[in-house]
Amino acid sequence: MQNDEAVPITVEFSGGLEILFSNQKKYSLSLPSQDESGAPANVAFLVRHLCENVMKDPRKELFILDGTVRPGILVLINEADWELEGEDQYEVQKGDHIMFVSTLHGG
Amino acid sequence: MPPSPCALCKVNRALILRPKDHSKLCKTCFITVFETEIHHTIIANALFHRGEKIAIGASGGKDSTVLASVLKTLNERYDYGLDLILLSIDEGIKGYRDDSLETVKRNAEQYGMELTILGYEELYGWTMDQVVAQVGKKGNCTYCGVFRRQALDRGASRLEVKHVVTGHNADDVAETVLMNLLRGDLPRLSRTTSIITSTPSASANPSSNTNIKRSKPLKYAYEKEIVLYAHHKNLDYFSTECIYSPEAFRGSARALIKNLERVRPSAILDVVRSGEDMAKLVPGSDEGCGGVCSSSVPAAEEEEGGCGSAQGRSSGGEMASVEAQLRQNDAASEHNLETEITTAGGNGSGKQHGRHDSGAAPLSTAGKKGKKGFTPRKANKQVMGRCKKCGYLSSQDVCKACVLLEGLNKARPKNSIEVAYEVQDVSVNSIKDELKKTSIGAD
Ligand SMILES: [Zn+2]
Ligand SMILES: [Zn+2]
Repeated sequence: MQNDEAVPITVEFSGGLEILFSNQKKYSLSLPSQDESGAPANVAFLVRHLCENVMKDPRKELFILDGTVRPGILVLINEADWELEGEDQYEVQKGDHIMFVSTLHGG
Repeated sequence: MPPSPCALCKVNRALILRPKDHSKLCKTCFITVFETEIHHTIIANALFHRGEKIAIGASGGKDSTVLASVLKTLNERYDYGLDLILLSIDEGIKGYRDDSLETVKRNAEQYGMELTILGYEELYGWTMDQVVAQVGKKGNCTYCGVFRRQALDRGASRLEVKHVVTGHNADDVAETVLMNLLRGDLPRLSRTTSIITSTPSASANPSSNTNIKRSKPLKYAYEKEIVLYAHHKNLDYFSTECIYSPEAFRGSARALIKNLERVRPSAILDVVRSGEDMAKLVPGSDEGCGGVCSSSVPAAEEEEGGCGSAQGRSSGGEMASVEAQLRQNDAASEHNLETEITTAGGNGSGKQHGRHDSGAAPLSTAGKKGKKGFTPRKANKQVMGRCKKCGYLSSQDVCKACVLLEGLNKARPKNSIEVAYEVQDVSVNSIKDELKKTSIGAD
């Protein structure tokens, strides 16, 4: 990782997911521009990054299951469903707003 | 990926990928389509009639908040002529309902609806905090669910409202379809898939019963779309884990549903539709059509269990116990035990007229010494009577709520360790009594 440039983004949690992130809904983050292997940072990398560096709650499995965002958690990339944007392969851009919304909490 | 345009207006950028048909919609078109589909559900099933007063079971959570918002919108747009009010149940969980009830109060203002909040304490003499102090955190969701189920009906009859709508969504229905299918509980499958159910109100005086109608206008709405609707319409809703319900997601029927959805999003509605189709085939189901063709089906008290925060949603243990049950049955059939359905007396005819107990009981009692095989239920009609104590519709002499209350009240002066024991014993004993009774009847 020679490239120290970071990508400034906003990450938001809602639908109860914020409970896992110190009850803070919005985070302004600087995401390393490249992942562990030097590839451009994508959402999969962001999720790992969040898990390792932002999430203090030990119950990681409530956010990640089997290497990806747990089913039942919606991911919105600049308001659009991540399935329209390539899911976790989407390459994070400067100024992106990425939102994780749980559908699993109380009705 | 280049942004795709909306499939409907062809102008705006698509933000939503619909799970049911993969169509890509913009925010505005999505909101319109979502509302219109619920309107069609309401019309096709003749859920309401003009002038009807309707209580929306409101928890402050996403489903009931979306339901209230959509019903208000549709009532105005299509001139249903409904009188909509909000009815909330306060289980008495400190710190949990406080915030969600604040949300409901704001909703009442935002939607211009009258709000009634009814507490477990005034209904049952017990808050959930007190129940938990008594029985511990394990198993308290059963209490919460059983009490909650009646609470809405009691509240409605107090308000002289004959129709309660709840926020059950397609994911909820699909989940109960799977659970009932795995348990082989076909009568209940038919009840839980119908969009309208009715229960006599739990009035103090059983002779003055008025039927309380229950319906689920969001029955065909994906949980995902409900959350997206709330998000894109900026609705004010509250979400938290029920602090008494340890999040046990892995291995729950809910997890299965969500995994299916990820592989094939249409699976959820497919399960709901299949559930309806199977319900139609259940002989002796309460209606020939399983209630799908709009007439109402009696709802039993056991229809919705679970914790108040998650309406009738299963917890992790359930799938495991169903699996264990199935394995036991396999083992039993290998040893030719499955046909050996004996009476308690064990003499002669070997026919058990036992009505199948409808709660969680079959899972815990079945399989003991291969007594009860997993034979599919015959068209044994579950006889719906009334609870001797409170008059609530029940397949037992005494309804679940009353049984639970009896246990709680009996245990009240004792210390908590004995108590937990005692309460469990009550239900086991009553099941034993039930079995004894039925075997006597069979002789
Ligand atoms: Zn559009
Ligand atoms: Zn009763």
